[in-house]
Amino acid sequence: MKSAHKSGHLLVVDDNKVNRLLLTHNLEQQGHSVAVAGNGKQALEMLRTGNFDLVLLDIEMPEMDGYQVLEACLQDTILRDIPIIMTSSLDELDSVVKCIEMGAEDYLTKPLNPILLRARVNASLEKKRLRDEQRKLFRTFATAEVAEELLEKGFSLGGKYVEATAMFTDIRSFTSITETHAPAEIIELLNNYYALMFGAIISHGGTVNQMVGDGLMAVFGTPIHREDHCEQAVLAALEMLDLLEGFNQQQAALKKSQIKIGIGIASGKMIAGYTGTEYRAVYTCVGDAVNLAARLEDYTKQAGKPILIDRNTCDSLAESIAVEALGPVLFKGKQQPIQIFSVTK
Amino acid sequence: MDATVINRAIYAALEESVGGEFITVMVDAFLEETTQLLDALKQSLSTGDADAFRRAAHSMKSNAATFGAMQLSEQARELEAIARADKMSEIGSRLEVLEEAIKSAIEEIKDLVK
Repeated sequence: MKSAHKSGHLLVVDDNKVNRLLLTHNLEQQGHSVAVAGNGKQALEMLRTGNFDLVLLDIEMPEMDGYQVLEACLQDTILRDIPIIMTSSLDELDSVVKCIEMGAEDYLTKPLNPILLRARVNASLEKKRLRDEQRKLFRTFATAEVAEELLEKGFSLGGKYVEATAMFTDIRSFTSITETHAPAEIIELLNNYYALMFGAIISHGGTVNQMVGDGLMAVFGTPIHREDHCEQAVLAALEMLDLLEGFNQQQAALKKSQIKIGIGIASGKMIAGYTGTEYRAVYTCVGDAVNLAARLEDYTKQAGKPILIDRNTCDSLAESIAVEALGPVLFKGKQQPIQIFSVTK
Repeated sequence: MDATVINRAIYAALEESVGGEFITVMVDAFLEETTQLLDALKQSLSTGDADAFRRAAHSMKSNAATFGAMQLSEQARELEAIARADKMSEIGSRLEVLEEAIKSAIEEIKDLVK
């Protein structure tokens, strides 16, 4: 028997009792818990109420056949995450191909080979576990919308040009009422800080793609394109400041440390894509606008302003957002001085 | 006993994979279902229900193959193909031949499971 962490809750769907018994017995011997359905209609009802990790689905069935069940599952936003292994006789391979094209995870031929059954089931369960983990991870870093897009389109490594806005945020200083910072207090402070920043970024359609130390990088307008990425980034920055102000008041009342941040925002053409390997990749944007956003963030301390933006971003803002021109600044690595703007509330 | 009806290697592999006790449960299910399927075949032939006939033949083919009754499985596969092509008139005496094959297969399986 395989180790317990690989066992799953499985649904066997087959109108044929001999097949049901054989599948169920084998799967139970392999450590899984198994429920059975004798036709497609019953299977769908059970899937909607039960919490299954995997379905083994016969094609040829009365009431509702395997195709219909597969189709119904794939159209259901919850059920489509459950992998489906088609079970069929050898001479039904054409049907199997059709099911795989529709979106079935895998197939097994009957009569069943217990060794193949074990291998295919475990592989499917493992893939589902990885997908679930990825989804959970994505949802922490991006909107559910972006997470779904990434999951559906996959992780093709490689880049493309996008029009987007990059944002860099860093903690300028910890100001402390109490002189000592216990390690636990710093971690709690950072966790609260990140929770607030993530909330503001994600609620404006941004994706946090890097966290380094106490800094973070976010992008707006990619991976899902939206026209108003400049404005959304600035609105997110304003919300971040608002949230932080409230947070700092709370901290002051508790005589705890407070946080000040600087935010740099720049927009334009950049290269977006996954970098890394197939197993460990991060969604990154690179390009002039990204570098500029980092420089602007760095410059906030010198300028004494919390939010600095470039001209591209400034030009796309609604008039209701107050902006102050700070004049041209020559940044390291740039040939020409750059017009920079401060966003004020 | 005619040892060609049940493929011993397939039957032995099945027996080994399910473990000693459970094979009797499997055989009981096979006997029960085979009777039902034969009834369904006769019934759907008389009413001309090609779809029901095809499904019953399909299950018969699958069950027979599971127990190593390869000749029975092949006969059932032919019946399934005829029904799929909607050529029910071509079934003729094939169902009686299948019934004979069923009897031989059941007899031998009962011997094996003892």
